[in-house]
Amino acid sequence: MANQHGIIAKFDTPAGIMHAAEKVRDAGYKNWDVITPFPIHGMDPAMGIKRSLVGRFTIVGGTIGLTTGMLMIWFTGASELSLPYMDGYKLIVGGKPYFSPQFAFPVSYELTILFSAFASIGGMFILNKLPRHHHPVLKYKDVAASSDDKFFLYIQNEDPQFDGEKTRSFLKNLGPVEVGELEE
Amino acid sequence: MGSSNPILDEVKPAILKEVDPVDIPRPALVENNRSFSWITDKICGIVEEKTPTWWWVCFIIACAGASFTVMGLVYLVATGTGVWGLANPANWGWAIVNFVFWIGIGHAGTLISAILCLLRQKWRTSINRAAEAMTIFAVVCAGIFPVFHVGRVWMAWFLFPIPNANAIWPNFRSALLWDVFAVSTYGTVSVLFWYVGLIPDLASVRDRAKNKIRQVLYGIFAMGWRGSNRQWSNYEMCYLLLAGLSTPLVLSVHTIVSFDFAISLLPGWHTTIFPPYFVAGAIFSGFGMVLTLMLPLRAIYRLEDLITQYHIDCMTKIILATGTMVGYAYGMEFFIAAYGANDFEIFAFVNRAFGNYAWAYWIMISCNVISPQFFWFKKIRENTALVWIITIFVNIGMWFERFVIAVTTLTRDFVPSSWGYYSPTIIDIFTYLGTFGLFSVLFLLFLRFLPLMAMAEIKVVTPQADPHNH
Repeated sequence: MANQHGIIAKFDTPAGIMHAAEKVRDAGYKNWDVITPFPIHGMDPAMGIKRSLVGRFTIVGGTIGLTTGMLMIWFTGASELSLPYMDGYKLIVGGKPYFSPQFAFPVSYELTILFSAFASIGGMFILNKLPRHHHPVLKYKDVAASSDDKFFLYIQNEDPQFDGEKTRSFLKNLGPVEVGELEE
Repeated sequence: MGSSNPILDEVKPAILKEVDPVDIPRPALVENNRSFSWITDKICGIVEEKTPTWWWVCFIIACAGASFTVMGLVYLVATGTGVWGLANPANWGWAIVNFVFWIGIGHAGTLISAILCLLRQKWRTSINRAAEAMTIFAVVCAGIFPVFHVGRVWMAWFLFPIPNANAIWPNFRSALLWDVFAVSTYGTVSVLFWYVGLIPDLASVRDRAKNKIRQVLYGIFAMGWRGSNRQWSNYEMCYLLLAGLSTPLVLSVHTIVSFDFAISLLPGWHTTIFPPYFVAGAIFSGFGMVLTLMLPLRAIYRLEDLITQYHIDCMTKIILATGTMVGYAYGMEFFIAAYGANDFEIFAFVNRAFGNYAWAYWIMISCNVISPQFFWFKKIRENTALVWIITIFVNIGMWFERFVIAVTTLTRDFVPSSWGYYSPTIIDIFTYLGTFGLFSVLFLLFLRFLPLMAMAEIKVVTPQADPHNH
């Protein structure tokens, strides 16, 4: 079939989909996924997914935030640097030091959190390849149930192990309610 | 319990060889064993049903209320900040009181969504969405006061270090500027956190949409979410990280708000107890507001299976604990003033309790310290009408707390010749009361257009969601 994307199976219970996922993992499939209305506890190991990498984005964002805060406060109040469209100058307030990490800390701290939050969410979207409004799964007739109370598992035909009839009967043996075709 | 060692069986040692953990029965978080689709239908149904009449009635009243804030602000901008009752020596009045009040209300939303998430308190799931919405709308109401108190609002952007032709930079040594960064970060991160939580539920509403417009609009905001587990894995990590970021954020925001007072040199303000005491007070008032909002919703939408007595018990107990902490802080302020043996400090506190504003002080004590003590009793916690009334008292009391702190110290400064008595003008009163209208308008719109509860999260805490439960 030219416009086939993969084969999808529907399950009724979290336990059903979890056992099925374990078997698909053990069979060595690579390009497959499960669609569930909520995150099922223990599904990541059942699918063999490694720990999420969102945290790396967060640490980068936080470091940039802290540095930005400290540099900004130093530049505006203690430096005499000239940048395009803006100049720093020594701001005299009550004979206090022009710069010290102590008074710069509250603002830098808030910026650390602000940048980390944006980085975490940006990282989540990048890793999830979202926004993407046209995924083949979203065209499946029954997919609305996946955000309500049904559980789906699909194997893409790009998978090196994918073999039309064999994969279909493999999925049928996992005890689904029904098995269907995913169109591209 | 059987042990395989015959000697141990015989001598019955005082220390048992092995102990089976006691099975503590956990209260059901969703009562009547509701199914997944019942939860979806119930919560999406609120958004999908025809707009009920009571909603329109409330919405019109709320708009009328909000118009008072608009009128007050227009008059202020047209005339000048003199229309507020500020006069030497009290140059901080209702504006700072209202600002701290609303920011404090917001903090319970973040506490429920972030801190309870880190502490794995599963009961948070049915109230966190509405509480986060409350946070955002409370920050909106709070933001009005500092922005407009500058008088020339079109100059408010001077608060941010934006390069300008005059090369004017803000003074980063000032706690008021720290506030600008703390509150704007808090508002932004709260919106982000709320939105990330909404994505899977927006997808549910999209999937159920009966017409194209709904499908497209909810679809755009759902970002093409399809609930794939490879996505859930990143999503859950992101949510956990945001919870981990919001927790120090919420504590730092109210700490910095308390710095507005604490890093000054005025008696009654210059105390190191302010940051923890402000945070406890914020959580106290915020939980009061959460219950004030959720109890009527629970009754209107018949949500008793999702917001159970257990939820109400948990929240009232937090109110009891934080209210008692606030009471302890009130006492400790007096103790430190006496123990510090500073005449001005002692005068400031004696003046609070027995001076010109003693009426406000005792309203504060009765509402904040005495009224939550009723929550010791199960009978009272189970009476929703009574719980609701007490939460109103909590909110009144916390407004008075900020009033007492700001006004008693300012009107009785070091030089008796400059002492005065501060009263608000009608413009102060209009502007403040109107913010409740604004808050209600925003909350009613939230009820109408977004899922009131985090469906995906509630499904996780039901027993049938456990894959090991057959």
